[in-house]
Amino acid sequence: MSTTTAAVPPSARARARTTGRKDNGRNGPREGFLPRTAAMLVMAVFTVYFLTPIWWLLVASTKSRGDLTTTNALWFSDIQLGENIAAVASYGGGVLPRWLLNSVLYAGVGALVATVLAGMCGYALAKYVFPGRELVFNVVLGGVLVPATALALPLFLLFSQVNATNTFWSVFLPSIVSPFGVYLARIFAASAVPEELLEAARLDGSGEVRTFFTVSVRLMFPALVTVFLFQFVAIWNNFFLPLIMLRDESLFPVTLGLYTWNTQVNQVPELRLYVLTGALLSIVPLIIVFLLLQRFWRTGLGTGALK
Amino acid sequence: MRITTRAVSVALLAPLALAACSSSDPGDGGEGGTTDAGACEPSDGAVELEFTSWIPGIEGVVDVWNEENPDIQVSVQTGPNGNGGTYQNFFNQLEAGNAPDLGQIEYDALPNFRVQDGLENIGVCEDVAAAQDQFVDWTWAQASLGEEGALYGVPQDTGPMAMFYRSDLFEENGIEVPTTWDEFATAAEQVRETGGYITNFSQADINQFAGFVWQANGSWFANDGEAWTVDLDSPESMEVAAYWDDLIERDLVSTYPGWTTEWDNAYNSGEVWSWNSAVWGANSIATGAPDTAGSWSVAPSPQWGEGEQSAGNWGGSTIAVLKGSEHLYEASQFALWLNTSEEALTMLNEEANLYPATTAGLELPVLSEGVEFYGDQAIYDVFAEASTQVSADFVWGPTMTQVYNDVSDGFAGAISGSGTLPEALTAAESSTVAALEAQAIPVAE
Repeated sequence: MSTTTAAVPPSARARARTTGRKDNGRNGPREGFLPRTAAMLVMAVFTVYFLTPIWWLLVASTKSRGDLTTTNALWFSDIQLGENIAAVASYGGGVLPRWLLNSVLYAGVGALVATVLAGMCGYALAKYVFPGRELVFNVVLGGVLVPATALALPLFLLFSQVNATNTFWSVFLPSIVSPFGVYLARIFAASAVPEELLEAARLDGSGEVRTFFTVSVRLMFPALVTVFLFQFVAIWNNFFLPLIMLRDESLFPVTLGLYTWNTQVNQVPELRLYVLTGALLSIVPLIIVFLLLQRFWRTGLGTGALK
Repeated sequence: MRITTRAVSVALLAPLALAACSSSDPGDGGEGGTTDAGACEPSDGAVELEFTSWIPGIEGVVDVWNEENPDIQVSVQTGPNGNGGTYQNFFNQLEAGNAPDLGQIEYDALPNFRVQDGLENIGVCEDVAAAQDQFVDWTWAQASLGEEGALYGVPQDTGPMAMFYRSDLFEENGIEVPTTWDEFATAAEQVRETGGYITNFSQADINQFAGFVWQANGSWFANDGEAWTVDLDSPESMEVAAYWDDLIERDLVSTYPGWTTEWDNAYNSGEVWSWNSAVWGANSIATGAPDTAGSWSVAPSPQWGEGEQSAGNWGGSTIAVLKGSEHLYEASQFALWLNTSEEALTMLNEEANLYPATTAGLELPVLSEGVEFYGDQAIYDVFAEASTQVSADFVWGPTMTQVYNDVSDGFAGAISGSGTLPEALTAAESSTVAALEAQAIPVAE
């Protein structure tokens, strides 16, 4: 920001200041009424745009099957959310709670492991000088550019070679890789972890691994939370890899499970309501994780962007 | 233990399968399982089979089989419906050499798997060949793909078409229930005068349109064993398209996209009066239009000529044995049981509304009862009759996904005012020929 303003010729800045003062009268440097309202309006429109589908989902999940098509889509009729949840939780031998648990496992444990790995890797790249360091980093950066979807089919063929498709590991192992996490962790570690502190730790006789987990991790915490959140959401929403890898219903994450139900709506029409209620349940964990970690995430994002 | 033995056998088989692929000629019907006459022999000892299906509740049916057959244990794998991802998974697994022994494949997808050499010919199994007369004729024709002595999947379910209609509205307004398509057009005008629509034409349900062409004794493809003929613009097909184009043009039918809430609502509010649909549609109406319970009836589809008796089909699938299965005999035994035994067919009907493909299955006790939603009419009697009136000559092509997309795009354009339905078919005809040629599938000029 500071560089941009500096680039503007001083005379132009002065002119802007004088005209601004004229417009605002005695109110000094405060924003004008019009731009503020415009900004609020734009934000309000986008908020409505993003929240309406969620509102619709919430309303739809409280309705009976008949009311779903016959009553106003954006307002409640007879509320029977409890019955719907009970029905969807017990359909198919109670498979939906199982899917939610699977998703929590894939996303929660997967994101945790991915964060630790990415944190260690990024830290090593930032703090240790070794031959080939930039090469390793550039290869990892290249990984950011390859979409995960493009890797799903090759992964399937690889896992087929070792007969490991249709297992927990076939979805879990690819999930713990996060090139973007490595990138972010390196950038962050380079600035947030002072060399002097590491030197001090070394002088006190702390090993490198111990220093990492006791000193550096604390300093890198905001970045690590960001990596965790990104990866959690990415795994939670990952649909294509499980679709290709898994055949056993009890291994499905909730995204794939709901999609599977949705394709059977023609045969079993009550599934339409179950898919809606299930979708509502499936976004609850995401909302919880966001609310809990939001504070850290904002710091992390800002830091990553500036440094 | 199991994993290691499988790994070894897959590794051993892979080069053989590759060799078979490279030497095969896609148009030649004689190769494949038939060359190995001893292929359909029982294995020694207990056998474990993998079966992939998306039918809800199929696990319960398979449990019954597993209980009765300790030596042939079947494990169920599931996933989304065929076009939703399971077909692509089958192709991936065939590529990787670990396809399941048995898979659910719809009639319209069988030619695609056949062309890609993904199916075992279970027609070589004596018990399978002997079961032919248990099945409704046309289903066998669909599953044998017109090859003498071959069968690429045991027919499981069917979707014979008839007309669901609001008997109360027709009666109140003194409009006769049409028995021919001419009468249907006349009735459409009368219904429109009351403010409603006689039916809805859904641009995306190309399968329904194919059912209409099927009923008119048309076909979209033909295969003489050497090359494919593409017939999307056959005279029958064009006649059906022109008929519906006229109704759309005159605003005599509504054009809501199928399976949406507007569509449900159009039926529930009584705006739309009838639906020419498959037997499984009975359930779609009952759940989509709950307020109209008791007001619906089912009649045979309107006919193209006075006094004719012909029905179309919409949907249905087979249980196929995928290439590479080492247990052709056991797999075919299971597939036969699943689709012919009264016990299995009854369960499949109760769990997933599957309508059987066997003649005995059409007379299941569950299918002879009156249905409350349809004013206690025994609606399945109408469909049982329709099932026997479906032509055996309709042939699907090897690139149906592309065909559906192209026709659907054309129809959507026609409905929004650019072009006509027949023009959409003409365009899809040439794009389909191009798609086949792009895959090096021989096309007859």
